[in-house]
Amino acid sequence: MQTPMKRVRGLGSAKSGTEHFWMQRLTALALIPLGLWFVYSIVTLAGADHDSVVAWMRHPVRATLLALFAATAFYHSKLGLQVVFEDYVHTGWLKFTALILNNFIHVLLGAAAVISVLRVAFGD
Amino acid sequence: MAEFTLPKNSKIRKDGKVYKADKTATNVKVFKVYRYDPDSGENPRIDTYEVDLDKCGPMVLDAIIKIKNEIDSTLTFRRSCREGICGSCAMNIDGTNTLACTKAIEDIKGDVKIYPLPHQPVVKDLVPDLTNFYAQYASIEPWIKTKTPPPPDRERLQSPEDRDKLDGLYECILCACCSTACPSYWWNSERYLGPAILLQARRWLADSRDEATGERLDNLEDPYRLYRCHTIMNCTKTCPKGLNPAKAIAETRQDLVKRKV
Repeated sequence: MQTPMKRVRGLGSAKSGTEHFWMQRLTALALIPLGLWFVYSIVTLAGADHDSVVAWMRHPVRATLLALFAATAFYHSKLGLQVVFEDYVHTGWLKFTALILNNFIHVLLGAAAVISVLRVAFGD
Repeated sequence: MAEFTLPKNSKIRKDGKVYKADKTATNVKVFKVYRYDPDSGENPRIDTYEVDLDKCGPMVLDAIIKIKNEIDSTLTFRRSCREGICGSCAMNIDGTNTLACTKAIEDIKGDVKIYPLPHQPVVKDLVPDLTNFYAQYASIEPWIKTKTPPPPDRERLQSPEDRDKLDGLYECILCACCSTACPSYWWNSERYLGPAILLQARRWLADSRDEATGERLDNLEDPYRLYRCHTIMNCTKTCPKGLNPAKAIAETRQDLVKRKV
């Protein structure tokens, strides 16, 4: 038995969410130039052999942009998927599991992508 | 998970009643109205009423009042002012949440389909249970809050320019058309305040005389209370008063970013 007001006030305000909102917009903004550049690069590299792609990636500016693109894209993706889980998954344990896996998988993929870029950039 | 299908007792039966118009009627419009009586233990059905428009007022509310008075007195709905200021007769008409009293019958092509506001418990027929909605309204403390005592000899002053900032906010009549049109509110109405309440919250944030802006923002700053809005814009599209709750929500978010950076 709870009054409607008790249910609505619930556990109170989390006093957060603005950081998530702000970072989602900020990463979206960053992904416009980074994404365009990435797609343009992939298109121009189409058909190139392994050695020339490696040579292309070793350029410090390109390696920086690639690492930034990967990190930003995975961060943005993490923020976006988090919203989907919060919207639709209401079963307590399932929601927590989904949010935890969302974090772990995105960090894993982001770290792997950045380290791959660095490995190519700095050679074996 | 969010529920995308109706529970068993909400599935609509196919055997709705049909009330034919008088044979002498020449200007007949068909009204298909959602009927549900939880006391009967039966699932909802759609009843069909043929209404002679030559003997009926111009608005949808006129038609359902005529149905209740002359055809079927068991039809249940809320109505009061019949001029778009009380918000009582909010319902889903022709697929859109709106006020029955300001929706003209002639603007609807074909049969007029009338349902209660979506995704709320139904008390009976077209009457939704808005308990949660009203509690959410009360939770934003919709009254002026100040530290400065009022002047002893006059009212609190507000410049005409500051008063203008309340335009587009104060007109909200809390009919709940917008909130019940919002998918985010459908999935998370127990935690998301929804467009109507967030527009009302904005009305107090935007008031130059109110001194509780920080506390109000504190209470709103929450991943669910405020940030479930995904700018779907159903709220703005459906508002029978032509208001823009999505804009009010965006302005509140701007305030929250502003106080950080």
